[in-house]
Amino acid sequence: MKRVVITGAGTINPLGQTVPETLAAMREGRCGISDLEFRDVERLAIHIGGQIKGYDAEAHFNRQQLSLYDRFTQFALLAAREAIGQAGLEFHGQLADTSGVVMGTSGGGLTTQDENYRSVYEEGKNRVHPFVVPKLMNNAAASHMSMEFNLRGPSFTVATACASSNHAMGMAFQMVRSGACPVMVTGGSESMLCFGGVKAWEGLRVMSKDACRPFSANRNGMVQGEGAGVFVFEEYEHARARGAEILAEVAGFAMTSDASDIVMPSKQGAARAIAGALRDGRIDRNSVGYINAHGTGTAANDKTECAAVADVFGHHADALMISSTKSMHGHLIGGTGAVELLACIMALRDGVIAPTIGYEEPDPECALDVVPNEAREAKVDVVLSNAFAFGGLNAVLALRNP
Amino acid sequence: MDIKDKVIAIIADQAVLEPSDVTLDSTLDTLGIDSLGLVESIFAIEEAFDISVPFNANDPSESDFDISTVASIVAGVERLVAEQKS
Repeated sequence: MKRVVITGAGTINPLGQTVPETLAAMREGRCGISDLEFRDVERLAIHIGGQIKGYDAEAHFNRQQLSLYDRFTQFALLAAREAIGQAGLEFHGQLADTSGVVMGTSGGGLTTQDENYRSVYEEGKNRVHPFVVPKLMNNAAASHMSMEFNLRGPSFTVATACASSNHAMGMAFQMVRSGACPVMVTGGSESMLCFGGVKAWEGLRVMSKDACRPFSANRNGMVQGEGAGVFVFEEYEHARARGAEILAEVAGFAMTSDASDIVMPSKQGAARAIAGALRDGRIDRNSVGYINAHGTGTAANDKTECAAVADVFGHHADALMISSTKSMHGHLIGGTGAVELLACIMALRDGVIAPTIGYEEPDPECALDVVPNEAREAKVDVVLSNAFAFGGLNAVLALRNP
Repeated sequence: MDIKDKVIAIIADQAVLEPSDVTLDSTLDTLGIDSLGLVESIFAIEEAFDISVPFNANDPSESDFDISTVASIVAGVERLVAEQKS
């Protein structure tokens, strides 16, 4: 089995339009959640979200590209440019033929669907733009990434709701580890912040109207966000031979299914995924210093996740740190695990643990060190990233310093 | 059909029971309605009375709408319908 390392990272999200901007915001505990701005927002009950503001699509893409790129594809391409630029890789010949893309998304081109349904149903138009289908399809981002960077090996999209990114990165990890691919470009992208996207979530009555406060006793729900995170996963010897800078090693991965309820989380399913990732990476549980929590800020997730962590780690659960950066960037659904992996890399490389902001009142059912409100300096060697999706599909990644 | 009977019919439908089996002192728990069933019942109530029910599934006890018994739900709906008329 090969070792797998990360040699490039890129992002655009409510906290920043690059990795350095995002990490600076996480260090400062800045909140990227603000008033939503889009058509018909006044007809919603929820008016806040982690929306990317000050973004000018035309600064990055020409008119022809924009007729094909939904917002989630644009985000994926921008993050991929930053990640592949940092890795310093160009794909030609055999490397191009064996390297690919695995991306996570849940809604795909939802904004494109929303706009076009509105035009035919509400406005009564009988004709739509010819590129609606290639623009809205869930694999559009992965496909355009493959085209822009000449990635001609295995490429596909994974959709497991809130765990999509972690499942995608887990697949990429397994493909590099098995020796099938020297390089995989992977992560997730999401852009559901449009009228129909938020309206659908409102129906479930799990959204907060004021803030995302994970683990806090007065938490009252999740806040949606948008954006992308993309990473270059590279076989260790391949990276070393070309003198690439290594950001972190991907050490283990596991996925489980609760097989119980379509929305309520299960402690057993989550615990089996966490324990599975440790086993997969042959990691001593006592060496885990930080967990980037799924931490959605809903009543059900946060207490179930804390119980699962307590189950897996026993006494060590009180020694490790666990924070939810969703408090700052919101829940990026299919892109969330990818943006959250940045906090994991920051913990390993910079020794800075991103905080859980908005934390106001301790909850006895979430009695772990949630790094409240302020980032903390700490040296950690092994970190985990949790993702537990609606539908009971769980995916946990383990990273360590190489 | 008055408000009480209509609310009871909605709850009975969700619980897969006869309306006669749903009494004012029944709780959602005793009727076997889980969190998803509750959210669906509230949706049906909103549609039936054309009202907006203030309810957050994260913290039912803190919501302005009391769901502890069928009677409290009926009272809440009656209040919302009255407010809407005024």
